[in-house]
Amino acid sequence: MAVTLEKIPGHEERVILSMGPQHPSTHGVLRLVLELDGETVIRSNYDIGYLHTGFEKSFEDKTYSQGITLTDRMDYLAPLSNNLGFCLAVEKLLALEIPPRAQWIRVLLTELTRIGSHLVWLGTHAIDIGAMTVFLYCFREREDLLHIFELVSGQRMMTSYFRIGGLALEPPLGWLKKIEDVLKKFPSRIDEYEGLLTRNPIWLRRTKGIGVISKEDAVALSVSGPSLRGSGVKWDVRKSEPYSSYEKFDFNVPTRPEGDVFARYQVRLDEMRESLKIVRQAMDGLPEGPVRANAPHIVLPDREAMKTSIESLIYHFKIVTEGFHPPIGEVYQTIESPRGELGVYIVSDGSPKPFRCHVRAPSFGNLQALSKMIEGRLIADVVACIGSIDVVLGEIDR
Amino acid sequence: MPSEVESNAAAERLKAFDPDAVEGVQVFRGETTIFIRSDHLLRVCEFLRDEPGLSYKYLSDVTAVDHYPRDPRFEMVYHLASLNNGLRLRLKVKLAGDHPQLDSMVPIWPGAQAFECEVYDLFGIQFDGHPDLRRLLMPEDWEGHPLRKDYPVQGNITRWP
Repeated sequence: MAVTLEKIPGHEERVILSMGPQHPSTHGVLRLVLELDGETVIRSNYDIGYLHTGFEKSFEDKTYSQGITLTDRMDYLAPLSNNLGFCLAVEKLLALEIPPRAQWIRVLLTELTRIGSHLVWLGTHAIDIGAMTVFLYCFREREDLLHIFELVSGQRMMTSYFRIGGLALEPPLGWLKKIEDVLKKFPSRIDEYEGLLTRNPIWLRRTKGIGVISKEDAVALSVSGPSLRGSGVKWDVRKSEPYSSYEKFDFNVPTRPEGDVFARYQVRLDEMRESLKIVRQAMDGLPEGPVRANAPHIVLPDREAMKTSIESLIYHFKIVTEGFHPPIGEVYQTIESPRGELGVYIVSDGSPKPFRCHVRAPSFGNLQALSKMIEGRLIADVVACIGSIDVVLGEIDR
Repeated sequence: MPSEVESNAAAERLKAFDPDAVEGVQVFRGETTIFIRSDHLLRVCEFLRDEPGLSYKYLSDVTAVDHYPRDPRFEMVYHLASLNNGLRLRLKVKLAGDHPQLDSMVPIWPGAQAFECEVYDLFGIQFDGHPDLRRLLMPEDWEGHPLRKDYPVQGNITRWP
């Protein structure tokens, strides 16, 4: 791929620099093309597609249940959020009611995912700017969260734990104890990160007033999530269109008006604290009951039932070999993933495989704001800006 | 989820603004879809964005659906959101199969730029007035458009000699 910038006549002294795709601070395989006057970026363009895997085409060749495994691999830092987006979309198509316990566990785990994703963001963002210690602390804490995911789903990262109609299975005994440990430890850990960064003069000089994007520009460029809220737009899908019973939880949507790298940093740190609040509420009020909807033609039966009742065996066989037939129609379901608005658009023609499945990846929209942030600034600020919009190339390229 | 009554208000307003533009309205699972005639799209979108009370200022998503071999073959799909009242709206435009072409939405929502590149790349739909229409995900010398229905899932396999 040869995305490039043409030199402007009369400015032959300017250098066209290719930054990435193998550059540690581009968070994956993002390639930027920068036109430089000395160290100042005059224009920029981006080149993506290095991780393009054709997930949207693959969806059309898999049943709805099989499609869940693809969603993990898009945003690999927040697999559970992607699972949730896809499952909610299919459930909306089917008009399927999910038991409260499953909904609450979904909320609990996606909020832990949000914290885990923000920890990776904070660690890598800090190391880009030169703060090595934070990186080590963040990955230490993230390990605790990955252990929880491993405990409930059997996998650290590619969880595929949320299924159409509920959860794959009831979480094991003692899982709440593990989360309790995390909840005890985390608030002081977040203070620790803040102690390292928030009033650190080097950090402030590298982030304050850098990469400013105005409210109007952010909305016009389809920016979403913490990057949008860092520009003072109070927009959170969890509040505006609550899904999975988020309306029953009490939490704030942190915003900052400045729109610079520091504002986005503060929004994400505050979000981690809010997520802890939600996790606490979800644990305290966790309802009892089944974790799978009562829809035998969609949800796989219990292992026990499958082996003892002929009817369950037939359903099991039908779901595994053929899948289920949703009604003809189309739905667009959005959720608030750690990076912003994740939208799943499914067109059904009534067959067991989606006719079309499109994923609106939040990073795909957010990346468009990068040019606006870095033009007129120094190369060193480019690194800070990429870190601050928290892109995951896996979901951009899909 | 927007209720049917509220979303239909957008459709009614649109019909009052430009009766020729609206081809039909569908509601499924509380989501409103308005079918727009392709030559009216730019005007309609400007109206939806700027009209107070509607103000669909946020373009959430742009994509396309290939209905091959049906005619008209393509459907362009726009998902809009209004940040004031949290309502969503889906616009659809039908496009013919040979040389599909449409006005770019970049003048209305600059955020459409990357999304339209993606649609151009994977479906081969041209956008007039797009500032930098290029292959975004596939290599730039790639032949064919992978998300078209007549493009095989496993790709066009070339055998080694």
